[in-house]
Amino acid sequence: MSEALVDGASFDASKRTWLIASGCAGAVGGAAALVPFVSSFQPSEKAKAAGAAVEADISALKPGEKMVVEWRGKPVWIVRRTPEQLAALPKLDSQLADPASTRKPDEQAPAYARNATRSIKPEYLVTVGICTHLGCSPSDKFQKGAQPSLPDDWEGGFLCPCHGSTFDLAGRVFKNKPAPDNLEVPPHMYLSDTKLLIGSDKQA
Amino acid sequence: MAEFHEISPNASAGAKTLNWIDNRFPLSALFKAHMSEYYAPKNFNVWYVFGVLSLLVLVIQIVTGIFLVMHYKPDAALAFGSVEYIMRDVPWGWMIRYMHSTGASAFFVVVYLHMFRGLMYGSYRKPRELVWLFGCGIFLALMAEAFMGYLLPWGQMSYWGAQVIVNLFSAIPFIGPDLALLIRGDFVVGDATLNRFFSFHVIAVPLVLLGLVVAHIIALHEVGSNNPDGVEIKADKDANGIPRDGIPFHPYYSVHDIFAVSVFLFVFTAIVFFAPEMGGYFLEYNNFIPADPFQTPLHIAPVWYFTPFYSLLRAVTTELMYVLMACVVLAAALSLLKGRMPAVFKAVIGGGAVVVLAMMLSIDAKFWGVVAMGGGVVILFFLPWLDNSPVKSIRYRPDWHKYFYAVFVVDFLILGYLGTLPPSPLFSRVAQVGTLFYFAFFLLMPWWSRIGTFKPVPSRVTYTAH
Repeated sequence: MSEALVDGASFDASKRTWLIASGCAGAVGGAAALVPFVSSFQPSEKAKAAGAAVEADISALKPGEKMVVEWRGKPVWIVRRTPEQLAALPKLDSQLADPASTRKPDEQAPAYARNATRSIKPEYLVTVGICTHLGCSPSDKFQKGAQPSLPDDWEGGFLCPCHGSTFDLAGRVFKNKPAPDNLEVPPHMYLSDTKLLIGSDKQA
Repeated sequence: MAEFHEISPNASAGAKTLNWIDNRFPLSALFKAHMSEYYAPKNFNVWYVFGVLSLLVLVIQIVTGIFLVMHYKPDAALAFGSVEYIMRDVPWGWMIRYMHSTGASAFFVVVYLHMFRGLMYGSYRKPRELVWLFGCGIFLALMAEAFMGYLLPWGQMSYWGAQVIVNLFSAIPFIGPDLALLIRGDFVVGDATLNRFFSFHVIAVPLVLLGLVVAHIIALHEVGSNNPDGVEIKADKDANGIPRDGIPFHPYYSVHDIFAVSVFLFVFTAIVFFAPEMGGYFLEYNNFIPADPFQTPLHIAPVWYFTPFYSLLRAVTTELMYVLMACVVLAAALSLLKGRMPAVFKAVIGGGAVVVLAMMLSIDAKFWGVVAMGGGVVILFFLPWLDNSPVKSIRYRPDWHKYFYAVFVVDFLILGYLGTLPPSPLFSRVAQVGTLFYFAFFLLMPWWSRIGTFKPVPSRVTYTAH
């Protein structure tokens, strides 16, 4: 057989056809086998199911304080802002990367939170405490004034310890920081004056 | 294949056994090819021990790793506790674990020194490009191995380090968020992530690593080792076809390496016994706190061996993007005005520059930070084709090349140090300058490596008997 091929004299054409055909069929099967393996990397059904809305009782939250609730495995912050803190927000507009949240508005906040305070009630900020840069959870820097890693005219806000992004008390990111976007405001609604539902904004 | 070889019936039992094996498996032939008749240049200096040392650390990591897996539990609820169990309750478990954690840092120490040796003596130059490429592949696999292994203790640094690095992938336009989801296996780093990282850390990546190490050594033994003079010893052979400047690896370098291994183990065991945390550089203090998905530690930084590249990531801000865009414009303008090439190439360069600029304007600085970090590693792969110096070894290069290399080393160390610190305006500026220098060193190498007065390279290696 091999001598015949070296001479170029003759070879069994039908055998070669079947070799090629079975080789191709094997390659297709091999490629198809990738699908289940790659798919197994996706979140499991159990992980997908764990996304339900959570309730938060804000009756004990004092002005200037923050509480954290878990929603979809992420920290959601509820900050009760003081009138002084609220008054400082508009003054910061010129230092912010996107003061009016016009970049990717749909991803940043639901329609009812696209306002100057990025909230339903001005007093309460509800936001996902995950930096839009690389997913660290920024730390509270509510105290005003100069302090390490912060500008001297700091009005209070959040500092991401990972790469130094800073956010004001409406979760808006300052200019020239690694984080591209403002903190995400999750869908939420008030069930009563002291009860918040996070993760859903439609009456069940 | 060799003929079947009959041995004299009077031969010793050992010789008969070896003959029996050699007739069925090329044991003696392999030993000769890679040890007793592999001729290495006789002028190796201390820089040449780090290859063997990285092999030693690889063995330490595999052996200690096998024993750790016997007690470790890859489960978000149990992982942290099982590591503490190894540390406190498993007999000698603390030592096995400290050998493994110290081994991780030791691996990068010897590999960085090994790579720097290659840089100094031009060990990546023709015909050793593939040795270098396999080596860079090993470095990449090692980084993956270290990163995934670091998640396993499920401490605060494990958790937030993984969160940041996985989120790097989500910065890639269009496919990024889905890719990050596929890596995590959940919407946040969690049990699914821990389990798959465990699988990669103990099976997948080590297999790749071992394959690459074998390829690295086979390629090296095919072309022969470079040496501090950058002289090809194969160019000058005696009547038996043996390089005049070569000596058999065994026994000359095997003994030499056993000495190096012993000295290395003094240091290694001293660290394991007396400073396994190395002041928070080898084992970060925050990692002794269990992972808390709601609280990022006040200061997070990767382990020291990733910090130079982490600095590259942090350096890319919107401001630096303007500097980088200016660099692109300048590079394109220079190649269009000064380059001697057909108009077609110039059109491609001009068009490419416009596309890159458009992308730089439209995609977040965050993505380009990821590109800088990845690029900082990937650019090493191209070194054989970036270096146009007429001589291989730093010994025969112009003196200012040596100073330039020294500045590069200092730059790398500064980037590494800054990467361990919290962000601050001044240090960010320093890191940005360092980042520009890092890339300029490599990207401008095709030009600067040709400039200066080169010294004549001797025909034989420089060597004095001792």
